[in-house]
Amino acid sequence: MTISIDPQKTNNKSLQPKGWLRYFSFSLDHKVIGIQYLVCGFLFYLIGGTLASAIRIELASPMSDFMPRDVYNQVLTLHGTIMIFLWIVPVVNGAFGNYLIPFYVGARDMAFPRLNAVAFWLIPPSGLMLVASYFVEGAAQAGWTAYPPLSITTPQSGQIIWILSVLLLGGSSIFGGINFIATIIKLRRPGLKLMQLPMYCWAMLGTSLLVVLSTPVLAGTLILLSFDIVANTGFFNPVLGGNVVVYQHLFWFYSHPAVYIMVLPAFGLVSEILPVHARKPLFGYTTMVFSIMGIVVLGLVVWAHHMFTSGTPPWMRLFFTIATAFIAVPTGIKFFNWVATLWGGKISINSAMLFSCGFIINFVFGGITGVALAQVPFDIHVHDTYFVVAHFHYIVYGGTVFIIFSSIYHWFPKVTGKLFNEKLGISHFIITFIGFNLCFAPQHWLGLNGMPRRVAEYDPQFQFVNQISSLGALLMAISTIPFLINVFLSLRNGKDAGDNPWNALTPEWLTSSPPPVENWEGEAPLVEEPYGYGKEIFEQK
Amino acid sequence: MLNKNIYLILIISLVFAISFWIGFNVNLLPAEASINAPIYDELFKILFIIGLIIFIGMTIAVIYSLFKFRKRNDQIGDGIALEGNLSLEIVWTIIPSIIVLLIGLYSYNIYDRMGGMKELNHNHKMMSSNTEKIWAGISQTSDKEIAINNLSIEVSAMQFAFLFNYPKGNFISGELHVPVDQKVSMKMESKDVIHAFWVPEFRIKQDIIPGQPTILNFTPTKVGKYPIICAELCGPYHGGMRASIIVEEESDYNEWFNKNKKPEVNL
Repeated sequence: MTISIDPQKTNNKSLQPKGWLRYFSFSLDHKVIGIQYLVCGFLFYLIGGTLASAIRIELASPMSDFMPRDVYNQVLTLHGTIMIFLWIVPVVNGAFGNYLIPFYVGARDMAFPRLNAVAFWLIPPSGLMLVASYFVEGAAQAGWTAYPPLSITTPQSGQIIWILSVLLLGGSSIFGGINFIATIIKLRRPGLKLMQLPMYCWAMLGTSLLVVLSTPVLAGTLILLSFDIVANTGFFNPVLGGNVVVYQHLFWFYSHPAVYIMVLPAFGLVSEILPVHARKPLFGYTTMVFSIMGIVVLGLVVWAHHMFTSGTPPWMRLFFTIATAFIAVPTGIKFFNWVATLWGGKISINSAMLFSCGFIINFVFGGITGVALAQVPFDIHVHDTYFVVAHFHYIVYGGTVFIIFSSIYHWFPKVTGKLFNEKLGISHFIITFIGFNLCFAPQHWLGLNGMPRRVAEYDPQFQFVNQISSLGALLMAISTIPFLINVFLSLRNGKDAGDNPWNALTPEWLTSSPPPVENWEGEAPLVEEPYGYGKEIFEQK
Repeated sequence: MLNKNIYLILIISLVFAISFWIGFNVNLLPAEASINAPIYDELFKILFIIGLIIFIGMTIAVIYSLFKFRKRNDQIGDGIALEGNLSLEIVWTIIPSIIVLLIGLYSYNIYDRMGGMKELNHNHKMMSSNTEKIWAGISQTSDKEIAINNLSIEVSAMQFAFLFNYPKGNFISGELHVPVDQKVSMKMESKDVIHAFWVPEFRIKQDIIPGQPTILNFTPTKVGKYPIICAELCGPYHGGMRASIIVEEESDYNEWFNKNKKPEVNL
């Protein structure tokens, strides 16, 4: 049975503000909410990026001379928290998920439009609260991992605001996850089978399962931690008999799946983008679906690889090594399938395609260092060093953020009805790709040779390599300029894109650009082959 | 067809050759100064070579596709409608599985050689009862060996320093002195927050946890002075929390030890 939404009953969209004002309203339109997520996330990305620049300026010299040491710790804590909880998670899940999933399942909106709006509107206040905590007594300074006892002994107000803010963001994420699961399972257009859904739906189904299963554990853990801070309980406080390693287990039970919450949607998005610009069907649809689900299952049982140097017994180290390394298999399948999707295509070299290919190259690199890090004896030397910093930036920046930019270029004509400037887009890619690799590749060497992470000062022998890294960070900062110019110029004077500038077959392109409020003027089309490139159905057009 | 296969084989062998050459000739690691270090470096070299093969191979495949299959201006229409290839997909599921499994078994072997799989109910003479639970750490030696030939040191970490207690000499030092080629056994505990004991040249690291002792055993093999680095964020001065380990000849060590030794107090 499928539920159909009657536009008259669900909400009074006709009464809602029109034009740009609707983006500041409590809109129930999934497309408006998607853009709200994206723009809000991007503003926090600029804040997080400014903090990252501050870190790289501090590390351009071996002495702690740019900012006070405790401020440095606040900066790195806020940088991590903002980038994860306010930029990557809301954008790859909330922004693209809200915009695309109803189109992909052939619905007029998400299953729970009000919950959807609530999920978004939790984000700006908690984000602002987090940033504002700096002006109270200083922001949290125990890192985004907030390990006790450090998080218990540092100034309380910052840490408590941090906990509240992450709890709200976690709640927003859970609301979103429930909404995506319900929409994908229950709101599918009659006649549309699960195995006909575009890959991003599968990625979001897997991701949302991870969100719903693991985020409540983080919430519970942080509530216990806040009791330890304000009520002197002893869950994690060793002075009162608590156990600090238990916190790490609970924290990573969420925070490792969080990595997949950040990359699985990106895997879904790249699976939408590559076939369109390569003019070829997605290679190996069924294996792609199974590898997503494989990653979901394995992703839940690998958390202790973050704790190889904490107190963990040997058998546990061994189990988590093998489990973690095996995630490389389904992930590898996906990468081989993407390259096979490119193979024999008629590839348009444009900004979306270049960012997607940059993603493949960066992520393969990050994946290889990830398999190495999964090996206990390897990890013991490089754990908590710049090697790890480099590794996860290859995954979340070189991977997910590249796909966010690729997706923005791919769906910009859909959302605005305007074409953007390809030359600016390609120069954005070139500067980002060079800057990113210049910034993070040398950090592998720093970690291997003795530079721990989260330090404001370091051995002077590492100065030159750190300066190269800082130069890369400067390029990354510069790379946002052509992007922003491109967005503003294209919004103003961009050429009319028509409804389907890429000649794509996925359902969101089978309506006008920008789409009407209820997505389709008439009945939603039944798209049985979202990747049917090179087949008759396309040639008829 | 034959020509194509020859090119493919040529490219693959070239990728292998380049990866092996880089793997054997580019050293990314610091000096080796403990028994663990050469074992670690052996694992590193193998992972490095496999990683290079995969990375270079994938990068070539992506860049080649972008050039070879790029859309020319005069072209219209789509690429081939190829939706999958079951045998190919089985191949690239099974081969990575085997590689990952072999790496896992090999790293288990490495870990065992480092002493990571040894039982850890390690009985320090100077310490409290046997029932005390000690977690984790790398133990290169069995308990018996330590009992016979032990240099036991108690490490306490605090914001922002390491203190090394030599129970036999009844003194505390801020520098860790150890004789070369002798097994050292450390029991570590933190006074406040979590710290970590890391000596890059030894390729060992272990968190130092409040309320939960951890142990770390190692055997230095090269005379010299190496940094001890705290690797776990422990507060504002985390970056400055460093100490030195001085590995010296046994005679030098004994001289230092006797100079610092305090006479036993007889009650």
